[in-house]
Amino acid sequence: MNRKIPAAPMIFLLVFLLVWEIAVRATGVPAWLLPAPGQVAGTLADMLPLLLEHSRSTALAAAVGLAAAILVALFLAALMDFAPWIRQGVYPLLVVSQTIPIISVAPLFIIWFGYGILPKVVVVALVCFFPVAVSMIEGMQAADPDMVNLLRVMGSSRWQVIRLVRFPAALPSFFAGFKIAGTYAVMGAVIGEWLGATSGLGVFMTRAAYAYQLDRVFAAIIIISLISLLLFAAIEILARLVMPWYYKERSKG
Amino acid sequence: MAEIILEEVTKTFPVDGQSVSVLAGISLSVAAGEFVSLIGPSGCGKSTLFNIICGLVKPDSGRVLLGGRDDVRAGEMVSYMPQKDLLLPWRTVLDNVILAREVAGEDKETVKREARQLMPLFGLAGFENCYPAELSGGMRQRAALMRAILARRRVLLLDEPFGALDAITRTRMQRWLLEIWDRFKQAVFFITHDVEEAVFLSDRIYVLTSRPARLCLHLDVDLPRPRRDALLTEPRFLFLKKQILDALLGG
Repeated sequence: MNRKIPAAPMIFLLVFLLVWEIAVRATGVPAWLLPAPGQVAGTLADMLPLLLEHSRSTALAAAVGLAAAILVALFLAALMDFAPWIRQGVYPLLVVSQTIPIISVAPLFIIWFGYGILPKVVVVALVCFFPVAVSMIEGMQAADPDMVNLLRVMGSSRWQVIRLVRFPAALPSFFAGFKIAGTYAVMGAVIGEWLGATSGLGVFMTRAAYAYQLDRVFAAIIIISLISLLLFAAIEILARLVMPWYYKERSKG
Repeated sequence: MAEIILEEVTKTFPVDGQSVSVLAGISLSVAAGEFVSLIGPSGCGKSTLFNIICGLVKPDSGRVLLGGRDDVRAGEMVSYMPQKDLLLPWRTVLDNVILAREVAGEDKETVKREARQLMPLFGLAGFENCYPAELSGGMRQRAALMRAILARRRVLLLDEPFGALDAITRTRMQRWLLEIWDRFKQAVFFITHDVEEAVFLSDRIYVLTSRPARLCLHLDVDLPRPRRDALLTEPRFLFLKKQILDALLGG
């Protein structure tokens, strides 16, 4: 994990912010239309305690929703492996279900589950479920059939084949899906909060936007990005802890 | 007593809507403690035969007797080592070699203790906690063989175990395999397409024709043990080698 943050993107980012700052000052665009980065930074510093408070509930919804998605996905993947007819019946439906825009059904969750954390968790779980489930199911399918045969000759039960071969074989694919889901999770929570909630960064953003406090909106965006990055890093660390063998293989080329 | 008996085993596979005969009545046997090789051209159905013995493929007709019985699960009698080592990449060497016993529900720590003591014999001492990706090709094959031996079955099935190795490593592994065999006394059924390898290692050799596979030669290798490298140039060795080559090329 001792990869350095590369210098080139940081330089581009700084230049971009500098141009933005100069452009805003030179043209005199009003702050309610486009605040300068400096002003956003100041607001971010001032509002930090409030932002962190809202972050807590957003991050909680994201984490719980993501965890629920993963548990259900793992269970479903194992179930599909036990009973191929379930895979044949459910897998196509799972794919087709992705054509339903979550944002259009989210208001239903508000009606069903109220304004608390639950509808947010449901939105996050629905958004995250697909990439995790597909990567796990495909990964288990892709396990080396000769390895499975080896285990069968040894006298393995189906569950042993899943536990000793299919699950570990699917881990690299699973974590690829997990990382995608991780970036969706915070976004899902914020969308859930836009539609109706009492706390969270989405609520903070909506209120700020209605009041034309765009510096606050930008401050919230920065926090959302940071939370997503943290989540991504956490998943990466988890992947390295769970599959040290995979990273050794990769570093060997 | 014969550990493996095949009686008139046949197998056809459907290919592009036509049934292609792969095995046309194969009968052979492997006795306890014996080293028997099966040699034949590539793609002649050796691996199909292998899978039939393992119970992974059902023969169309004929009988497979393991330990004199046709109602035992193959895995209770035989352990096999495939050409690809099939070590599980997510397990350390130690965890890989105990796999069969772990599957059987034995206490992992006890089996691990046994495995640790055997590591030097397999040239794997000090590599217990390495992952397969960190090992050389020869070491991976040795670990795969150790996994098969540690399963403690009466018969070892080895399917071209050294096929993917370079010539020097391959020669070393053959010498070493004989030492291991001498120590563990399991019957070995060895599949290869290398004539010299077969003669050097075996007590008996079956030669198969190309598809559909039939037995075209059954040969006793009456060379003294332990086998030495000097054997490779002795007239009797060369004579046996020529007989097999003639059978392979003439059939």
